[in-house]
Amino acid sequence: MTRTIKVLVTKIGLDSHDRGAKIIARAYRDAGMEVVYTGLRQTPEQVMQAALEEDVDVVAISILSGAHSILVPRVVKLLRDEGLDDVLVLVGGVIPEDDIPELKEAGVKEVFGTGSNTDEIIAFTRQNVRRV
Amino acid sequence: MDIKELADGVIRGEKRSLARAITVVENNPGGTRELLGYIYPHTGGAYIIGVTGSPGVGKSTLVYSLARYYRSLGKKVGVLAVDPTSPFTGGAILGDRIRMSGGEIDQGLYIRSLASRGHLGGLSEAASDALALIDAAGYEIILLETVGTGQAEVEVMRFAHTVLVTLVPGLGDEIQAIKAGILEIGDVFVVNKADRDGVDKTVLEIEMMLDLAPLVSYRPRVIRTVASKDEGIEELVKEIERHKEHLIASDALNQKQMYMAEERVKDILIRRVSAYVLDRAGTDLDIAMQDIASRKKDPYTAAEEILKDWFEEA
Amino acid sequence: MAGKERKDTFYTVSYEPIKDLYTPEDLDLDYGRDLGNPGEYPYTRGVYPNMYRGRVWTMRQFAGFGTAEESNQRYKYLLENGQTGLSVAFDFPTLLGYDSDHPRSEGEVGKLGVAIDSLADMEMLFDGIPLGEVSTSMTINAPAAILWAMYLVVAEKQGVSWNRVSGTIQNDILKEYIAQNTYVFPPEPSMRLIVDTFEFGSKYVPKWNTISISGYHIREAGSTAAQELAFTLSNGFAYVEAGIERGLDVDDFAPRLSFFFNAHNDFFEEVAKYRAARRIWAKTMKEKYGAKDPTSMLLRFHTQTAGCSLTAQQPENNIVRTTIQALAAVMGGTQSLHTNSMDEALALPSEKAVRIALRTQQIIAEESGVANTIDPLGGSYFVEAFTNEMEKKAWEYFKRIESLGGVLGAIGSGYQQREIAEASYRFQKGIQSGEQTMVGVNKYNADEKTSIELLKYSRDMVERQINRLDKVKKDRDGDLVKRCLEDLEKAAKGTENLMPYIIDAVKAYATVGEIMDVFKGVFGEYKDPAIF
Ligand SMILES: Nc1nc2c(ncn2[C@@H]2O[C@H](COP(=O)(O)OP(=O)(O)OP(=O)(O)O)[C@@H](O)[C@H]2O)c(=O)[nH]1
Ligand SMILES: [Mg+2]
Repeated sequence: MTRTIKVLVTKIGLDSHDRGAKIIARAYRDAGMEVVYTGLRQTPEQVMQAALEEDVDVVAISILSGAHSILVPRVVKLLRDEGLDDVLVLVGGVIPEDDIPELKEAGVKEVFGTGSNTDEIIAFTRQNVRRV
Repeated sequence: MDIKELADGVIRGEKRSLARAITVVENNPGGTRELLGYIYPHTGGAYIIGVTGSPGVGKSTLVYSLARYYRSLGKKVGVLAVDPTSPFTGGAILGDRIRMSGGEIDQGLYIRSLASRGHLGGLSEAASDALALIDAAGYEIILLETVGTGQAEVEVMRFAHTVLVTLVPGLGDEIQAIKAGILEIGDVFVVNKADRDGVDKTVLEIEMMLDLAPLVSYRPRVIRTVASKDEGIEELVKEIERHKEHLIASDALNQKQMYMAEERVKDILIRRVSAYVLDRAGTDLDIAMQDIASRKKDPYTAAEEILKDWFEEA
Repeated sequence: MAGKERKDTFYTVSYEPIKDLYTPEDLDLDYGRDLGNPGEYPYTRGVYPNMYRGRVWTMRQFAGFGTAEESNQRYKYLLENGQTGLSVAFDFPTLLGYDSDHPRSEGEVGKLGVAIDSLADMEMLFDGIPLGEVSTSMTINAPAAILWAMYLVVAEKQGVSWNRVSGTIQNDILKEYIAQNTYVFPPEPSMRLIVDTFEFGSKYVPKWNTISISGYHIREAGSTAAQELAFTLSNGFAYVEAGIERGLDVDDFAPRLSFFFNAHNDFFEEVAKYRAARRIWAKTMKEKYGAKDPTSMLLRFHTQTAGCSLTAQQPENNIVRTTIQALAAVMGGTQSLHTNSMDEALALPSEKAVRIALRTQQIIAEESGVANTIDPLGGSYFVEAFTNEMEKKAWEYFKRIESLGGVLGAIGSGYQQREIAEASYRFQKGIQSGEQTMVGVNKYNADEKTSIELLKYSRDMVERQINRLDKVKKDRDGDLVKRCLEDLEKAAKGTENLMPYIIDAVKAYATVGEIMDVFKGVFGEYKDPAIF
């Protein structure tokens, strides 16, 4: 039985640009997924807590503040510490090319820059979601 | 997934197991039956408070404010918030949680969002089992936020011990909704956003309507809150207590539990039977469909014929 | 009809339909009533009689990063390179009122702007820059009054009297609720702080623009050009009404209201937008708010090219986009301009990219010849018809906002946010379907590595910033700070103008975070309504 994919769309860091986060949330919804939206300025702890309580399949993080190198690995670590090993972690926003390898190293599956195609993000999500 | 193990985790009060178990009741009917079998003996400890009202009246804000208040009293609090599923895509954006963050991470607070998935009545099909799970996990207070369609979401009465109907100043259209049945479902009426103009008038209007309502044993009261500033929450909790005491004193709590149980079994029966019927009707249905579409038969006759065949068999 | 066309319908980047040809039939134009000469009511053709023949626009590149010292050096570099005004970008912690040592500031200090914690940082930021001679624009909203107070105190310490300092604080909180989300307090107390600055400015700092009513961020959030125009102007009117409600004479503060628009790709749509904006503002200020002083009717504006139009793919193309956008701003009669650097979609701009961006403006001003005559597009059938169309669209929006209880009512019901979210989603779908073209993204793609040199962020800079904050806290008179903050709290609970109290607190080296915390305690905090 296939079940609906559940995605946490969240913004960490202090930046307030939610255009991308809102677009991807709507795109996921229009692709038939259930999206828990957290709103702005979440801490890594809040993201972990939401992912845990909502039992999501995907955590999609949007960040444009430049603090990704510090905050994103922290989110992933908190998720892993709670045993949420099978959650797919995606990052979107302004991420310099040079910073991508370390995010992937930390456990981020893919990084999508601004202007990414939402159809591609959805296809990627479908292919890589690990719990079905 | 081992359902027994999951159930044990729920009973031990582990958030992670609880979260996974709710996913099971949302998606997997077989697992649900097994799971509920394990956990059901551990339920019955929670007091369930339903929160209903039109979109944007502040239900989520109020729920979070109440949750923190109960937490300050040392109670473990669970929150179940239902948001609508898009009828066109089957997807949903669940936004209630936005209003329920900001505080410190709290192990005694569990918040879960559910999509309505086409279920009418303001909740989701899985809501009642999800409530049972949260209950079994040891949460003493459960706050249940309905979709908030603006319609009378009567279903919440079947799951909640106390129902809060939330309104805001400057009713306008909502007067109609109240007349159309909200009055009957509310045990407490909350006028939220009491920082806005026109509170007194709205409170008065509701009071008048309650006075005119047919005489029942319990007269609900109207409470003012400013949920975004945690104002009026203590009074609200007192009023919830008053209703609870009434339920206990008048044996209504028992009756309510019986009513809730009855509704629940009926619901499951209907679901099972209809699934069974539709499943079995398979090819008959296809044929009937053709006949009806080509106007050879009317739908009543067609249905009658399908049923008759089965009963003759039996 | 001229034969087969290459598309079924033609529309702008905002999905405004465009006809194949505009003729006198499309215009109901009365020169005196609708256009007027430049510098004449209703100022459609420009706010000054001589416009760029007198002086070209102010070239004002937005900059700031790291610590105050580093930004100070960048400002000096820009001034040496011919820039004529300063524009300060603050980091996120400062924008939201957190000090650099706050746990929420981790990873963000000095990142996308300069970190300012106390007066000590502000003194450093403008060290060696004569505040009587430059005009400074500060992009700051929720804590605007505090940063402005710091600037004024620095000027005072330089011996520059307040009636000589000039510049702008953004101070536009309404567009934060609508689009950009760097609010801190709920709308009502935020409006009070803003009117406090209007009142204080009109009395003591007459050359300062106490607000920059901004459409830029509305557009960046994905709005159409017409929404940018309408929401910005309706916010402007809301500020005017708030000032009048305080008991201020409209002509006392309206001349200090300034605007800030986006310059997007669709050249003529942008030009029409600026021209319509001037006309609507002038008419409304005169007819509705009874302004008598012509300067109250002038819509003076800063423009920034559209950050959201830049692509991470083939970033050099951004230089071309920026050039077209900058040209639209100039054709629209902007008073000052920031041109984006090509690497903005990738990271903080490098020095070279910033220089090219500035050179773009200099080439437009001094080589292209477009600044030789005023409003050269005026009288074009298309431009005039489109200007009228923009104005019409704006009035429709004003009416809808009015029916929702004005700007605050509409914000409360999520109206503008929803309109923008719709437009933004539609545009995104348009890009994905190929309905709209983005070169290098959905057309003419090239598989190439970006080879742009990016600015690196130094981690020990954060340490230096926090150490300085520690030192400030150690060296200052703690009792005085405490007293100032208590007085401020008392005043905040009342109705007095808060500026003098803020200035006292700032002088005592109270930090931005400490002052904001006092306000948070009194005013409460606003939560993201997250409207889709
Ligand atoms: N002024 C005021 N605003 C409030 C109050 N309570 C909530 N709000 C605001 O009202 C808006 C809607 O609040 P929610 O809690 O999301 O309302 P809701 O009923 O859960 O909304 P839905 O789940 O979408 O139906 C938010 O912007 C809240 O901040 C209040 O007491 N006073
Ligand atoms: Mg809600």
